[in-house]
Amino acid sequence: MSMSSVTLPEASVANGDDAKHPVKLAVKNLDFFYGQTRALKGINLNLYKNIVTAFIGPSGCGKSTLLRVLNRMYDLYPGQRATGEVLLDGQNVLDPKIDLNLLRARVGMVFQKPTPFPMTIYDNIAFGIKLYEALPKSEMDGRVEAALKGAALWNEVKDKLNASGLSLSGGQQQRLCIARTVAIKPEVILFDEPCSALDPISTAKVEELIDELRSQYTIAIVTHNMQQAARVSQYTAFMYLGDLVEFDDTSKIFTRPTQKQTQEYITGRFG
Amino acid sequence: MNPIYASRKRTDFIIRGLCIAAAIFGIGWLTLILGSLLWNGLTSLGLNVFTQMTPPPGVTGGGLLNAIVGSLIMTIIGVAIGAPLGMFAGTYLAEYGRHDKLSSVIRFINDVLLSAPSIIIGLFIYGAVVVPMGGFSAFAGSLALAVIVIPVVVRTTEDMLMLVPTALREAASALGLPRAYVITRVAYKAARAGLITGVLLATARVAGETAPLLFTALSNQFWSIDLTKTMANLPVTINNFVNNPDPNWKNLAWAGALLITLAVLTLNIAARYLGAERTPK
Repeated sequence: MSMSSVTLPEASVANGDDAKHPVKLAVKNLDFFYGQTRALKGINLNLYKNIVTAFIGPSGCGKSTLLRVLNRMYDLYPGQRATGEVLLDGQNVLDPKIDLNLLRARVGMVFQKPTPFPMTIYDNIAFGIKLYEALPKSEMDGRVEAALKGAALWNEVKDKLNASGLSLSGGQQQRLCIARTVAIKPEVILFDEPCSALDPISTAKVEELIDELRSQYTIAIVTHNMQQAARVSQYTAFMYLGDLVEFDDTSKIFTRPTQKQTQEYITGRFG
Repeated sequence: MNPIYASRKRTDFIIRGLCIAAAIFGIGWLTLILGSLLWNGLTSLGLNVFTQMTPPPGVTGGGLLNAIVGSLIMTIIGVAIGAPLGMFAGTYLAEYGRHDKLSSVIRFINDVLLSAPSIIIGLFIYGAVVVPMGGFSAFAGSLALAVIVIPVVVRTTEDMLMLVPTALREAASALGLPRAYVITRVAYKAARAGLITGVLLATARVAGETAPLLFTALSNQFWSIDLTKTMANLPVTINNFVNNPDPNWKNLAWAGALLITLAVLTLNIAARYLGAERTPK
C-alpha cells in the first residue's frame, strides 16, 4: 500500500499490513466535490477485512463525506461528485454503470440518528430481507431473530416484535438499525457517528456490538469521540480539512503519532 | 404607577380588546349561519328526504334521494380520478423532481390552479368535454370535480412528504432499496396520516361545489345513475330550489344544505383527528 496525499506527501501510512489482513476496500486518489468546493483531497487508504477502521478529525474535515462516498450515498443529491477510485474487492464503486442498490446491499450504513422505519420491529428487519429474498415465514422468523440477536437486542424485544419500531428507546432504536443492516448480510458496514445521540450505557452496548461484528464484516466508523476510536478500532485515520493526515495502527496513532497535527488533535489542542 | 408602564398597559388593553372584538365579530356570523341552517334544516329534515325523489314544482312531499346519490357518485368518481393523479404529481414534486426546474414550474401552476375560481373549471370542462360529447353528463361533472381535487392533493402530498426526514430516506436507500420502495414503503408510510388528511379535505372541498356542476352535470329531477346523462346533485338542486317561491322546495333546499354541511363537517373532523396523529419523526 502506498500513500501519496497531494498536499501532504509526508503523511505516514501503515505499511506492510496488506499481508496481515486482506484488503476489502481500497480508496485511491479520491477527490470529492460539493459543487465547486473540494471536500476531499487525494485520499488513499485501505479498509481491511475483519478490521474496524476509525475516522477521526474536527467537524468539517471530510470524514463523513468519505464514508458517504463508499456506498455512493452522495448520489442521492445533485451537484455532488467524486473522482478517483474506490475498489470493493477490486471493482470500482465509482463506476457510473454500477447498480447502486446492489452496492448498498453490500456496503451497509448506520447513521448518526436512529432511523427506525414507521413499522413494527419485526417488519423493520424483514423489510430489507424481502427485497432480495423470498423466504417462507418460518425461515424469515429465523432470520429476524438472528439479526436481532446479532445486534444484542433480541432479549429486549422478543415479546413485542409487533410493537412499532418507534416505541423503542434511542439506544434500542440504534441497535434495531444495526440489526436491520446486518439482516441483509452486507460485507462492509459503515457507521456514521452511531453513538452521538446515545447515552453512555447504550454507547457501551453499541461499541461492544461493533467489536463482535468485526469477526464477520469489514467496518468503518466515523466518530467525534477519540476514546471511542481508541476502544473499538484497530486502525485509525486522522483527517483534517479534506486531507488524510495520518493513517496507522490505532495504538500507534494514539501513542506515537508521526504528524504534528495528529498529535495536537488527539491531545485536545485543536479541533 | 410608572407613567410609561401605565401607557404600555393601556395599549395592551386596547389591542387585546380589538382582537377579541374581531374574533367575536367573525365567529358571530359563522354561528348565525350554522344556527339558522340547523334550525331550518332540522325542521325540514324528515325520512322522506332520504327515500323520495325531488318533487316537481307545486307538489307537496318528495325528497332528495336522487340528489344525494348523485352527489355521492360524482364526488366519489371525482376523488377517485383526482386523488391518485394528485398523489403521483405531489410525489414527483417532493421526491423524484425535488431539485428539478420542472418542479418549480409545476408548483407555480398548481398554486394558480389551487386558487382558480371553480366556475372557471366548470366552464373549462363545459368547453372541453360537454360540448364535444354533445350534452351534459355526470361524467363531465365528475371530471370537473377531479380538476378541483388535483391541486389540493398535489399540495398536501408534497407538503406531507417534505415533512418526512431526509435521514429516513437515506436509511432506506442505504439498505439498497430502489427509489420507488423508499417512497412507497417508507416515506408514504411515515406520511400516511397526512396524505389521507389531504384526500379527505379535498373530498370535503368538492362535496359542496356548485359552479363546476352547473355547467357539466347540470341536474336531473328524476332518478338517474347513468354517467352519460345529466345527474341530480345536492348543490345544484339547492341552487334551483332556493330560486323558486315554492315553500316545499325551499324546505328541501334547507334540508340539503344541512346534509352537505354535516358531511363536510364530518370529513373535516376526521381530517383533523388523523392530522393530529401525523408525526413522521
